[in-house]
Amino acid sequence: MSVSVTIESIEKRFDAFAALRGVSLDIQPAELVALLGPSGSGKTTLLRLIAGLEQADQGRVLFGETDMRDLSLRDRRIGFVFQHYALFRTMTVGENVAFGLKSRPRGQRPDDAEIRKRVGDLLELVQLPGLDKRYPSQLSGGQRQRVALARALAIEPRVLLLDEPFGALDARVRKDLRAWLRDLHRRTGHTTVFVTHDQEEALELADRVAILNDGRIEQVGSADDVYDHPATPFVCEFLGEVNKLPVKVVGSQAFFGDRPVLGGLSQNQGGQAALYVRPQHLRIVDDLPLALPGVVEHLRRNGPLRRAEVAVQGLAKRLDVDLASQVAPAIGEHIRLRITHGSLFAAA
Amino acid sequence: MSDAALPQFRTDTAQKRDTRRVRGEGVVVQAVLITISLAFLALFLLLPLVSVFVEAGARGWTAYMAAVTEPDAVAAIHLTLLVAGIAVPFNVVVGIAAAWAIAKFAFRGKNLLISLIDLPFSVSPVISGLVFVLLFGAQGYFGAWLKAHDVQIIFALPGLVLATVFVTFPFVARELIPHMQSLGSADEEAALTLGASGWRTFLTITLPNVKWSLFYGVLLCNARAMGEFGAVAVVSGKIRGLTNTMPLHVEILYNEYMSAAAFAVASLLAGLALVTLALKTLLEWHYSDSIAASRRH
Amino acid sequence: MAAATSVWRQPSILPGFGIALGITLSALSLIVLVPLAALALKAASAGPADILAVATSPRTVAALRLSFLGALFAACVNAVFGMILAWVLVRYEFPGRRFIDAAVDLPFALPTAVAGIALTAIYAPNGWVGSLLAPYGIKVAYTPLGVMVALIFVGLPFVVRTVQPVLQEMQADVEEAAALLGAGRWRTIFTVILPPIYPALLTGFVLAFARAVGEYGSVIFIAGNVPMVSEIAPLLIVIRLEQFDYAGAAVVAMLMLLISFALILFVNLIQARARRRFGDV
Repeated sequence: MSVSVTIESIEKRFDAFAALRGVSLDIQPAELVALLGPSGSGKTTLLRLIAGLEQADQGRVLFGETDMRDLSLRDRRIGFVFQHYALFRTMTVGENVAFGLKSRPRGQRPDDAEIRKRVGDLLELVQLPGLDKRYPSQLSGGQRQRVALARALAIEPRVLLLDEPFGALDARVRKDLRAWLRDLHRRTGHTTVFVTHDQEEALELADRVAILNDGRIEQVGSADDVYDHPATPFVCEFLGEVNKLPVKVVGSQAFFGDRPVLGGLSQNQGGQAALYVRPQHLRIVDDLPLALPGVVEHLRRNGPLRRAEVAVQGLAKRLDVDLASQVAPAIGEHIRLRITHGSLFAAA
Repeated sequence: MSDAALPQFRTDTAQKRDTRRVRGEGVVVQAVLITISLAFLALFLLLPLVSVFVEAGARGWTAYMAAVTEPDAVAAIHLTLLVAGIAVPFNVVVGIAAAWAIAKFAFRGKNLLISLIDLPFSVSPVISGLVFVLLFGAQGYFGAWLKAHDVQIIFALPGLVLATVFVTFPFVARELIPHMQSLGSADEEAALTLGASGWRTFLTITLPNVKWSLFYGVLLCNARAMGEFGAVAVVSGKIRGLTNTMPLHVEILYNEYMSAAAFAVASLLAGLALVTLALKTLLEWHYSDSIAASRRH
Repeated sequence: MAAATSVWRQPSILPGFGIALGITLSALSLIVLVPLAALALKAASAGPADILAVATSPRTVAALRLSFLGALFAACVNAVFGMILAWVLVRYEFPGRRFIDAAVDLPFALPTAVAGIALTAIYAPNGWVGSLLAPYGIKVAYTPLGVMVALIFVGLPFVVRTVQPVLQEMQADVEEAAALLGAGRWRTIFTVILPPIYPALLTGFVLAFARAVGEYGSVIFIAGNVPMVSEIAPLLIVIRLEQFDYAGAAVVAMLMLLISFALILFVNLIQARARRRFGDV
């Protein structure tokens, strides 16, 4: 029952503020897509536009071949999970989940027994069996979140939209629910779009990630795509920690000062550029070619990772180096670093 | 695959109707509801208010001035100011004390105390006056003793003050309590740990924190104190020039068919109401954060 | 002594508890509690036979019925129109909205005697509104209908002021959720938006009702005060008092208070139950 969603050059302003400036995105049936971006990037606006809660100034949203505006909200059949769940607090959990089914026109409304069964099945699916008589105020945050999901699934949505689905939960519950949601998606196969500002969450969960910044989509791709081959400096910086090196590209090599630091560049970009290197792509080496000399100034621990901060002559900021499986150097030690992978962006 | 299931229709009206239906009603429904509201308010609020000033001016400016400057009217104005001048400060002191005890300390019976402070709100004004007549009237529990010692409470200023204090008892406290509760005690604790005395802490920390809700409470308390009718009617005896407050003076004039004069004095009270309302609204607009219970009475 | 204090209150480093509570309790006792106790005592001193005689006298019953039924009717009118007013003030944008918002509180600020004579002037047969109704044989002033008009006036702000903040704080997402789940606008309003408002509506209703039951100043001018027809219970108290029938006045007063408190207690119990279930806010 899932359907493709096509977003065609959407523009949306709120008074003077341009929330979305020409956003296009194709979402395949049964795909799980994350809209990732900092706050104010327009990701929630885009989600609300897909749901029809906002009206675009320009452009359109297609469900399959149908312009969404031609459908009433009811006929759109959108499962929307609100950031703060928006559970009806004067209704029990069961009544909340049944609400959509009971809202159908008389002819299409399942009978009471059928509704009861469906509610039971859905609560089973979200692992809250037997809680149908409770009120939302009597549930934990994680439980409310799953009730909201069950309520959205009850209308057999064509598209499932989730706004910061785990935003209001604490870190532990968040991790559990993440795995659970991916599993649920695999089983139910709804076309799903969710909004998040947490890059880890987006990369772990989504088939594809769309990164938004300032009302535009910067890049769309699989987790590996966007992480390893960021299309813009913004994407590169937003997805994780990164070191920046000003370099000059000559031929197939990038030079830091007069020292070649990265070779084998296929595209001939020539001239000044910025080289973005993640901490795990810096390796301590013994040999000279394509290596950057530096002094270890600081060592720190970040969860399971050990980090060295290495001062390099000619660079104001120390380089962060992951020491995952490397022998830890001593503070004050002179080392050489080789860049195993980097992203090159022409200087602005 | 599922696209075939989607109904196919495309009209401009469908588009327009659709977005509006997410939240809010159609223009027609809005217009109807707004009209009903305005008509209701006009009928029950605006017309009476306007009529006070129209009737007051019915006999012209000279008659108006004569009505509000004749000796009995002036005496009534003085008495009203005097009663409010005693009752309001008294309630300010008690209200602050009650709010301090209730908001800053945890003790048993707190909710009962709050309910008791609110009690006068659910007592008819007439009963508020009656209780003092039962205590201090000629045939009241202390009537004989008071007569023997030549102390007059009922049909005199003390009775008017007592009845007014009873009626306005909750006003200041019920503005201050929720506000002080929401502020917590952290500021005061900080001041005390910095070496401030309790009294200094109260004057320099607590009082400035709640000054707007205090003012708000005083405003409402004063409006009620000056406008109270039922309670003072019972204890006043309505002796002209002596125990007649402004509202009682309005009644007497009205009952003697001196309608224009009655409305003239009433217009002063209506003016007071408008000033109160204006100040109250200004407070709500500018200090809504610091008036905890600004929307409940 | 110290041990006794700790049972009653938790220790605090803040000073002044004793004096603050002392002032509060003294004032409360002297101004409110002792006088009300005197009322109860006086009413009880009348003796069962007299109490019954006063309580069941047709005039008392008629006055109490008018006060309570009139207050109930006025509170209902105020509930409906107050709800609409609150909705309009919160949801719609129109010229003069803030002015009207402020004007709703007028009955709190306007002395009741002023309201009374003003309403009488308007609704009297020769008044602005009364003269429009007179040709249809509708008399407002000097009839029970006039009593209702006055009671509607004094209770008008309560429902608006209790419902308004709840409506204001209601999140848009609940409404949007209902619409996305396929509910039409009316269904959304009646099943999703209104139910969370009912407790506030009930509170406003009770406040308006309590105020109207005891109201005196605004009513006596417009009521006409015909015994058995348009005589309200507070006026009956005043009349008994003027006849120096202290006990009779006290009995009527106690009856009013007891009925009011019973009703308020009942509603509070309903409220408390709803709050336990749906959570606060």
